[in-house]
Amino acid sequence: MSPRPDPTAVLQRSSRWSDRSFRLLCLAGASTIFVLLLLVAYQLYHGSHLARAQFGWKFLVGSTWDPVDEVYGALPFIYGTFVSSAIALLIAVPLSVGTAIYLTELAPVRLRQPLVSVIEMLAAVPSVIWGLWGIFVLVPFLRVSVYPVLQHRLGFLPLFQGPIYGIGLLTGGIIVAIMILPIVTSVSREVLRSVPDLQREAAYGLGATRWEVTRIAVLSYARRGLMGAAVLGLGRALGETMAVTMVIGNSSDIAKSLFAPGYTLASVIANEFTEATTDMYLSALFELGLVLLGLTIIINIIAQIMIRAISSKETRRVA
Amino acid sequence: MSAQEPIATSRPPVPPATKSPPAAGSSSARAEGAAPEITFDIRDLSVFYGASQALQNVTLQVLTHQVTAIIGPSGCGKSTFIRTLNRMHELTPGARHTGSIRLLGEDLYGPGIDPTIVRRQVGMVFQKSNPFPTLSIAENVLVGLRLNGVRDKALLRERLEESLRMAALWDEVKDILGRPGIGLSGGQQQRLCIARALAVRPEVLLMDEPCSALDPLATAKIEELINSLRASYTVIIVTHNMQQAARVSDRTAFFYLGKLVEYDETRTIFMNPANPQTEAYVSGRFG
Amino acid sequence: MTVTSNHYLRRSKNLLMNALSVACAVLVISPLGLILFYLVRQGVTALNWDFFTHLPAPVGQTGGGMGNAITGTLKLLALASVVGVPVGILGGAYLSEYGGDRINDWIRFWADVLNGVPSIVWGMVAYALAVVPFKTFSAYSGGLALGFIMIPLVLRTTEEVLVLVPRSYREAALALGLPQWKMIARIVLPTALKGIITGVLLAMGRVAGETAPLLFTAFGNSHWSHSLAEPIAALPLQIFAYAISPYDDWHRQAWAGALVLILLVFALSAGVRLLAGERKKP
Repeated sequence: MSPRPDPTAVLQRSSRWSDRSFRLLCLAGASTIFVLLLLVAYQLYHGSHLARAQFGWKFLVGSTWDPVDEVYGALPFIYGTFVSSAIALLIAVPLSVGTAIYLTELAPVRLRQPLVSVIEMLAAVPSVIWGLWGIFVLVPFLRVSVYPVLQHRLGFLPLFQGPIYGIGLLTGGIIVAIMILPIVTSVSREVLRSVPDLQREAAYGLGATRWEVTRIAVLSYARRGLMGAAVLGLGRALGETMAVTMVIGNSSDIAKSLFAPGYTLASVIANEFTEATTDMYLSALFELGLVLLGLTIIINIIAQIMIRAISSKETRRVA
Repeated sequence: MSAQEPIATSRPPVPPATKSPPAAGSSSARAEGAAPEITFDIRDLSVFYGASQALQNVTLQVLTHQVTAIIGPSGCGKSTFIRTLNRMHELTPGARHTGSIRLLGEDLYGPGIDPTIVRRQVGMVFQKSNPFPTLSIAENVLVGLRLNGVRDKALLRERLEESLRMAALWDEVKDILGRPGIGLSGGQQQRLCIARALAVRPEVLLMDEPCSALDPLATAKIEELINSLRASYTVIIVTHNMQQAARVSDRTAFFYLGKLVEYDETRTIFMNPANPQTEAYVSGRFG
Repeated sequence: MTVTSNHYLRRSKNLLMNALSVACAVLVISPLGLILFYLVRQGVTALNWDFFTHLPAPVGQTGGGMGNAITGTLKLLALASVVGVPVGILGGAYLSEYGGDRINDWIRFWADVLNGVPSIVWGMVAYALAVVPFKTFSAYSGGLALGFIMIPLVLRTTEEVLVLVPRSYREAALALGLPQWKMIARIVLPTALKGIITGVLLAMGRVAGETAPLLFTAFGNSHWSHSLAEPIAALPLQIFAYAISPYDDWHRQAWAGALVLILLVFALSAGVRLLAGERKKP
């Protein structure tokens, strides 16, 4: 052995302090999740205190939004948010579930990964680009080719009466539908994939057709998870901002027709935040943000619980 | 192995027979540079994982510069035993022990003893070789030194060659030291792990079934190097292969169901065991 | 007989449903083709060297470019990463190396909930934290808002890849006498580096396209920004401003900007694919 003294013998005596600090550092990183939750709730609560003091709960049902006279009410935006999200869900959920079924049960195996990649690419398209496409491609197309037909056929309903601009609540709903298709499809697909093959095999064994196998063995088993996917899509729809702002018309009047312009919580904040000249105006916008936050957090909690219910032990990313 | 008269007895397992230590001077005197004769002094060691007991009242002494083999059927506690010697069993949640383990006279679990220091003195090689995937061959060997702060380049180079020679790997890799460690064959990777463990100059090298994933040729190479490690290290090897234990070790301990059944010179264990259970195991009647 | 007629009914129902689900898939996939088609068709004409290097032209004039917006986006991404990456990696390391089952479930749950918070809300938080006290819009506040969004994303992906590092590497490192923190920082994290970078690139791709949080933090700028403490242009902001303007030339440039933006986003996810190598089975 070498005659020199062994250098490792004199090295770092106790590493306990470094171990503890590093662990604390990592813990700090993990706890930012809770810090962020508290931070966002606090900032919105604090920023909205002027408006809350002034309007109280009437804010939620007030239908006037008048920055000039400083009368603020959230109802037009709550209405617009819900209607556009409902439209988005009605369109997106059946399409997404249908696509998920295709991907898990019917598609040839070699086609599956490329299709999944396409859907992932779709999910990556930024909101503002959808909005751009919406303004210059979708809106003219709807105004010219689709809405007149709808009004012609369904004009007896107040929903489809009134002047057609192209922009409006229905267009907002359609574009949000396009944007939530990828996430609802991905989550639905994960849910369907987690249905054990035994279920399917049992149904095949009884002589069922492919559709029957899907309906009986897969869909009923996965029902709660699929609802979770839909709820997750709803959460995403509620928060969509840019694309909606660009095609919804930005009007704070509540109209009965889907062809009329509307407004959502997120888009009014986007449009008016930098124009808010008074503290009260800004505070009212913060309160809208608080409402939006409350809605999305509740919906997302429900969605996460539903999705976790179907795969109790796995740790999967679902958002 | 050999035909012999069955030992007619219903005695309880024989307590470890510590024969007189190999002639290296009297036990009280420490010749300059010579290590004490007993490396591990283990008394009444019991290990529990939660409510279940894995080891029961094990008492034995591991002698310096010897190769000690630990044998026994699966589940007999040999892996648990060896992992208490470098405080690795603590990594399992719910693990606790009673009894004492002394390394070169010092209580391994004394208050204020840092497990990381213990592990620098007691190295370990695992069943499946595990060179770090992002490091080259040289970096793998030296990682224990480098990450503990050794920067002296000359020393590092010297240790690199020394450890790789001891692990019988130097000639095969001396020209490719920059290549990734995981690029080597299975047997070479295991020798790399041995070199990595030796580079920090531990007192003891623990080997937990080091050859079980290797082919006979690779196994033979490793057994040969174990033989040569004796001069500089104390080696404890867990193996389920009795012939291997017979080939490489000086002393053998036979464990069964968490108890140390018999511990003696290897020749005695295999040719002339005192305990009928030992005899039954080494003659292959169960395992 | 009943069996036969029922059989045909079932079979046709089956065919119908199969066709419907194929139709769904086509409808879901087609927007991508439509978008890319229009982006390229409308945007390519405005792409030239000027576009990448020049500032926007004064209102109403043709010409000019989005040079400042492109560099602005890159700077914002860098700032966002400074906030989001260390926090996310350390947090993910906690979940993988230290945390217990129950606390980990909680952290994961709330991280997923955080992912669903609308990005404009983060803009409002960054506004309150970084714009109001300093009385100016800035790249810092924009980076902060984007960083908030990155944190839960990076945390989850980091945890996922760290958990995949085999236990035996940790044991080997500890058996060499390395303290736990060095085992994690110098052995486990480097082993998982490729996966961690993948997660970071994914998060960057996500925030590169965000507009809403920047509307009142970075705010936008028609000139080059000389410091990070002043308003800064960003690609999505510029696209938005041009798209809603009444000028045709600006509309053309909006398409071009959108094309550049989508190429940036896709480049980041292509980088992911390159690094990821093996993919899961479909």
